[in-house]
Amino acid sequence: MSSVAASIPVDAIPRSRRARATFALVGNPNSGKSTLFNRLTGLRQKTANYPGVTVEKHIGTALLDGTPLDLIDLPGIFSLTPDSADERIAVEVLLGRVAGTPEPDGILAVVDATRLYQGLYLLQQLAEIGRPMVVVLTMADAAARLGTRFDIEKLSAKLGEIPVVSVVATTGKGLVDLKRELALAMTAEPRPLASFWPPLRAAAQQLLSGADTGSAGPGLQEVERSLVEEDPVATERLVALQGPDIVTQIEKARAELFQGEPGLAVEARHRYGWIRGVLDEVQSAAPPIARWGSFVVDWMNRPYPATVLFFVVMALVFQAVFAWATPFMDLIDAATTGLGESIRQFLPDGVLQSLIVDGVIAGVGSVIIFLPQILILFLFIILLEDTGYLARAAFLVDRAMRPVGLSGQSVIPLLSSFACAVPGIMATRAIPDRRDRIATILAAPFLTCSARLPVYALLIAAFVPSQTIGVVNLQGIVLFGLYMLGIAGGIGTALVLRRSALRGPKPNFVLALPAFRLPNLRTVAIALLDRVKVFLRRAGTVIFLVAVIVWALAYFPRSAAVEADAAAARAVAEASYAGVELTQQLARVDNEAAAAHLEQSALGRVGKVVEPVFTPLGWDWKISAAVIAGFPAREVVVAVLGTIYAVGAEADESSLADRLRSARFADGSRVFTLPMVLGLLVFYAWCLQCVATLAVIRRETNSWRWPVFAWAYMTVLGYLGALLIYQIGSRIAA
Amino acid sequence: MTLADLRRGDRARIESIDSRDKSVQRLMTMGLVEGAEVVYLNASLGGDPLELDVYGMSVSLRREQARCFGVSRMGAKPDVQRRG
Repeated sequence: MSSVAASIPVDAIPRSRRARATFALVGNPNSGKSTLFNRLTGLRQKTANYPGVTVEKHIGTALLDGTPLDLIDLPGIFSLTPDSADERIAVEVLLGRVAGTPEPDGILAVVDATRLYQGLYLLQQLAEIGRPMVVVLTMADAAARLGTRFDIEKLSAKLGEIPVVSVVATTGKGLVDLKRELALAMTAEPRPLASFWPPLRAAAQQLLSGADTGSAGPGLQEVERSLVEEDPVATERLVALQGPDIVTQIEKARAELFQGEPGLAVEARHRYGWIRGVLDEVQSAAPPIARWGSFVVDWMNRPYPATVLFFVVMALVFQAVFAWATPFMDLIDAATTGLGESIRQFLPDGVLQSLIVDGVIAGVGSVIIFLPQILILFLFIILLEDTGYLARAAFLVDRAMRPVGLSGQSVIPLLSSFACAVPGIMATRAIPDRRDRIATILAAPFLTCSARLPVYALLIAAFVPSQTIGVVNLQGIVLFGLYMLGIAGGIGTALVLRRSALRGPKPNFVLALPAFRLPNLRTVAIALLDRVKVFLRRAGTVIFLVAVIVWALAYFPRSAAVEADAAAARAVAEASYAGVELTQQLARVDNEAAAAHLEQSALGRVGKVVEPVFTPLGWDWKISAAVIAGFPAREVVVAVLGTIYAVGAEADESSLADRLRSARFADGSRVFTLPMVLGLLVFYAWCLQCVATLAVIRRETNSWRWPVFAWAYMTVLGYLGALLIYQIGSRIAA
Repeated sequence: MTLADLRRGDRARIESIDSRDKSVQRLMTMGLVEGAEVVYLNASLGGDPLELDVYGMSVSLRREQARCFGVSRMGAKPDVQRRG
């Protein structure tokens, strides 16, 4: 038996009465809400284990025997008292206080059978709203394994005849019953106002008595919440409705209800008292099935095994990103080089050939090659999230975060930022305190994101010898050092901010830790595919565009004088040499002509203008121009270098790394010396070259102050870091 | 005796709560109220934060908050003790 009031078939409801309605999908974090949402709507949506990852407003449409029902998937909450930004969104939507989102017509509440104790707290509050409501009991199969059985009919009766349906979201068992209940709820009359805490309801009704209920004043639910939470906004609205005398009445009601204790504490005692009574009646014990899995998990959660596991996981991710990706990267490299070469054969020399080979293929290809690394990195982050491991990592690292002035809550956004700062910054919505949250937001862009990888990989492969010292590779050490540099930058920033502009109370670490679970392959695949699309879209639009623009700037204007000089030099060479020597001479002439063209091109002139700013860092005008072009998106710099160096390349230098190695200043000295390369790497570790990150900081902090500060601060820090390393390094080398 | 004084595998009943702190009120909303039974599951490295089982849900909190919950020890959860 999986549903209660299931006697009326859908067809019995007149079609005319089935208007299009919107239901809110609400539940505790990790209750299987998003999986159910996917099941009902078929719409793609991310589900993960960390409480509070569903931060966007997700709307989908479920079809109930052909009738559409819109569902809003809300962030997970424990109660109607929000503690963080994403919980606030959920509560505001539920109470109809979000502009542009109408108050939901009904509620689809999800409750995890293995955590029914906590789930019933939210169910009481939701039932009191008085909207049509359906309850879904998930994980009843897991609860049965743990030794608990439920009397669903009794549970429904205790909640005031709200239908309860047991659904196994992963297999879809119970969905048919659920759809029938939803169709019934869509056309149901509003339920009589129930209360699980009658004295509070009575006090709220007393405060609202005599007022015009149709006016814009606060609703019953809002008055109740304001009594418990002492919300000043709701008090103001009540004063506007009932006059200033209401304030003394509010104080009196609070004194009677709470006896001087905090309202939330009294509410929790009252509601959990009711819950314990209900659980005794609706739950019965069954013999649990012992499983080896849970034994292993329990052991792995202990402090020392968990710490070892943490480092093993981190090392594995690191190793995977750099070792497993190589064969795929070689494949992509061979493909793009081959494509460029064959196009060079087919097309005549000239503007079109140069645009396609030097602009598009060299530019976009040099970024596409990093797709395997970026995918492996995202795969791991998604897996860690989906298995519930990220919350475990937060639990482990909480103590280490304290001296910085942050808590383990900041670890989840920061770990995500190793893939990309944008989702990382969005994940800070689960951090309750605003100051903790902003400090985490400003630390996030320092962490080595996947867009920095192409720059690091290119420069390290080109300039750090692949030498092995003992068991470690020198290139690996430099890369590890760069990751550490990013972490140091982020931690240092948080530390300074928490002691100055963002000084505030010590954060706490109250977090529901999800149970480990096997990743849902479908969820992981969908999330990964999403990242591939984002990456390819970027490569196909922004990076493509920048590559073409940079190519055009590097190609035009063509100087007739340079052409004439080259033609003359070619004639001289043909007259004086023959055979192999002639070929060599002609190649030399071509290269000199290409270099001369590049230097007087638009890009050459712009580069020369900004060059003095970067001369103290040891950069020539080409790198200066590439770095400037990289400010919208840092991975563009690789594409730009690819294009700039392709335009003036010697024929035997196939790879960009080779071309960089042979780059020289006018006086013949090498451009890419070790101090200069290390400085350039430090610049990339710290500089904020990402418009998407700036936009998300602006959105999440709701001000221009923080993105402007982050950009200026990180740019200055990157410049100073590069300056220091180059100046000191070249003195030591000299 | 407070929650902070428990050892791994201990089962305890919450007897009194100093509910002034906001994060303590949050913990109460998650089910840590007088009369509730909890099991001390784990501590992180260095003994802080703690992980408790509260009727099937794992809740983590710092020792500072744990000291706000007065408890009486009810013995050890059998299966946890065997493993401990």
